[in-house]
Amino acid sequence: MIHFVVHDENDSVGVVVVEGVKSGDKLNGWIMDQDKSIDMVAKSDIPIGHKLAIKPLKSGDTVIKYGVDIGKTIAPVQVGEHTHVQNLRTKRW
Amino acid sequence: MDLTKATFWGYKRENGRVGVRNHVVILPVDDLSNAAAEAVANNIKGTMAIPHPYGRLQFGADLELHFRTLIGAGSNPNVAAVVVICIEDQWAKRVAEAIAETGKPVAYFGIEQHGDHDTILRASKAAKKFVQWASELRREEAPLKELWVSTKCGESDTTSGCGSNPTVGDAFDKLYPHGVTLAFGETTELTGGEHLVAARCKNDEVRKKFQYMFDRYQRVVEANKTNDLRDSQPTKGNIEGGLTTIEEKALGNIQKIGRKCVIDGVLDKAETPTGPGLWFMDSSSAAAEMVTLVAAAGYTVHFFPTGQGNVIGNPILPVIKLCANPRTVRTMSEHIDVDVSGLLRREMTPDQAGDALLDCMFRTANGRLTAAEALGHREFVLTRLYESA
Repeated sequence: MIHFVVHDENDSVGVVVVEGVKSGDKLNGWIMDQDKSIDMVAKSDIPIGHKLAIKPLKSGDTVIKYGVDIGKTIAPVQVGEHTHVQNLRTKRW
Repeated sequence: MDLTKATFWGYKRENGRVGVRNHVVILPVDDLSNAAAEAVANNIKGTMAIPHPYGRLQFGADLELHFRTLIGAGSNPNVAAVVVICIEDQWAKRVAEAIAETGKPVAYFGIEQHGDHDTILRASKAAKKFVQWASELRREEAPLKELWVSTKCGESDTTSGCGSNPTVGDAFDKLYPHGVTLAFGETTELTGGEHLVAARCKNDEVRKKFQYMFDRYQRVVEANKTNDLRDSQPTKGNIEGGLTTIEEKALGNIQKIGRKCVIDGVLDKAETPTGPGLWFMDSSSAAAEMVTLVAAAGYTVHFFPTGQGNVIGNPILPVIKLCANPRTVRTMSEHIDVDVSGLLRREMTPDQAGDALLDCMFRTANGRLTAAEALGHREFVLTRLYESA
């Protein structure tokens, strides 16, 4: 079962595509562009459609999705942790 | 799907364009004319009024956009005939004569010196003639390239970027080589990815025009914003669905233009394209506003990928809703035309998802009502540029 998808293997984040992901769950991910698998453990409860970090991030790091810069972190983020408005911000406005 | 000899069944209009619907529209030029327009549509079954709140004391580019949108909507090939109602005769005539350049039947009526009752009487007589005439028109076979297809996503979430938007991209990549006229827009929503869009432009002239439109919209945002737009772009619905930054939303948005389409031209709001290919239209990211603008430009079918479940339609442009979010297709199923949630379960390839969307496109073009049409969603929302005088 696919729990999360990643666009490109160089991305920092993946997207949860099933409901009910809870902290501690073992997750199986699909890297779409390269058609590869990746596994990790959820460090937070993550709602469907929300992101999780697939690489460890420091505060102020650039977050990559679709191979492109989508913003910067404002706090450190662990692998498997929920990545959203509480720790990720736009660089544009 | 082999599209080389593909055809659909549409209404061949007097100006050569082919429509996929056969509406007789009662078109108010201003807010004062809504009541009379609705009364006419009530009297004459099979006609459709498209009321709206504007048309008074507008000036400059905002007024020009108002006229362009109303005239464009009436001129759209999905419309067989139009009855125009206005508070006074001169602007009624201006709108009617512009629509009549397409060759379709148009009549106009001003309310001043007549009153609602007399206007409703006169307009109903014209509407009845038109609807009975339109009811005898028949669909004819037309080549695929006579379809003009627009796209805009709405209530996006991360499944839009992963699933439903790339499905549109796959379909656009398949349609483009066959000379179909395509459109995308949502200017601010490209923020963070505008360099990627610029790179897809056919030449420097197109690139320059795109950059001009993009920068112009950024100036509007910069001049009027109070924070980093975190409540309005991305929207609360986007954020609930998992989209965090405008850059991320932009990258998801850009999936809609596929990998192979070239951007052949740039349109201002509600401007009609002058040839086949992919056109960028400067437009709001507000769903009904953008769809209203492409309808006014003459597009006849619309692909609308959604994540959290956008429900809008348009009175004259059939809106096809596709969705890759399994929760949305379960909880809001009545709104969804094409379910591509299988993409994210790896039960469907992007090629199969694109084909499913194209299949729905042909069925819609040939007459199948979209969910939005069946549910009565007829959002007709005019874009305003600034206050009325």
